[in-house]
Amino acid sequence: MTFAVEVVVVLKPVVNDPQGLVVRDGLHRLGFPEVRAVRVGKHLELEIEGDDEASVRAQVEAMCERLLRNTVIEDSRIGSISVLSGSAM
Amino acid sequence: MRFGIAVFPGTWSDRDCKHAVELAGHEAVMLWHKDRDLQGSDCVILPGGFSYGDYLRAGAVARFAPLMESVIEFADADGLVWGVCNGFQILCEAHLLPGALTRNSSLEFRCAPTWLRVETVDTAFTGGCARGDVLQVPVSHGEGRYVADEETLDMLEREDRVAFRYVRRDGSAAEGETPNGSMRDIAGIVNERRNVLGMMPHPERACEPMLGSSDGMRLFSNVANSVSCTGAMPVAAVS
Repeated sequence: MTFAVEVVVVLKPVVNDPQGLVVRDGLHRLGFPEVRAVRVGKHLELEIEGDDEASVRAQVEAMCERLLRNTVIEDSRIGSISVLSGSAM
Repeated sequence: MRFGIAVFPGTWSDRDCKHAVELAGHEAVMLWHKDRDLQGSDCVILPGGFSYGDYLRAGAVARFAPLMESVIEFADADGLVWGVCNGFQILCEAHLLPGALTRNSSLEFRCAPTWLRVETVDTAFTGGCARGDVLQVPVSHGEGRYVADEETLDMLEREDRVAFRYVRRDGSAAEGETPNGSMRDIAGIVNERRNVLGMMPHPERACEPMLGSSDGMRLFSNVANSVSCTGAMPVAAVS
């Protein structure tokens, strides 16, 4: 089966995010004073062949550790997993 | 003395490094990213630029180049590896150096002269300097803010592994007034065995008076002197 997986990568809470601060200030200037904080991250969409959701999830988590995030400064999470096409072989 | 200079797609300071090496009277060989042969280099330079377009993160893709496998083996065998700017980012992504380099706190690309205080002389790169010497060397980067957790920063200081700090022109502490907002004003660090140096400023762009400073040339000379003093460095890996 082919799975569609969304991965979100964001800077760790302790890492300063100057982009987020600029976006927050921009929103304030545009009349959204209620915005208290903004963190800017990355959104990745992967298409992955796999047998079941659990194994795909494990593979994606390994990919996050090896490449998709910099483990020193970034956290990652799987946003969603869905079956894109196909059926079990 | 032979310097090997890595060339990735998007590297832009390779020829400046070659110029500086040759000006210092040494041999420069260019090392293509798809090759694994370090051609007998005594020191491998990972120059500045935007390898692989800085896709995903600066330095994240270059670390998978065939050449980098040889560079990592070379570093593990105590060979001298010198990462400048993008080269520093690659060394952090390859886990040859701790920490990471993030977007400048100003969010601006900064291209300007900076003043670096030599913090340790216990490396091949700084051995001919005196602790506290101030070198004028320019920076040119958008992602040079050195970041690491407090524990790592304390370890770097305890083990005398901070190579350079940004200081003011008069040599006084920058206290955060740096081009990128680096933690503890750090501009360059070495690995535990002190044979791998990463630094954001570009010594190859401070190699003759016409460029406003020739202080960077001292680092090239230090490397050459250390190699001639210690005799043969480990032969560059050929696989």
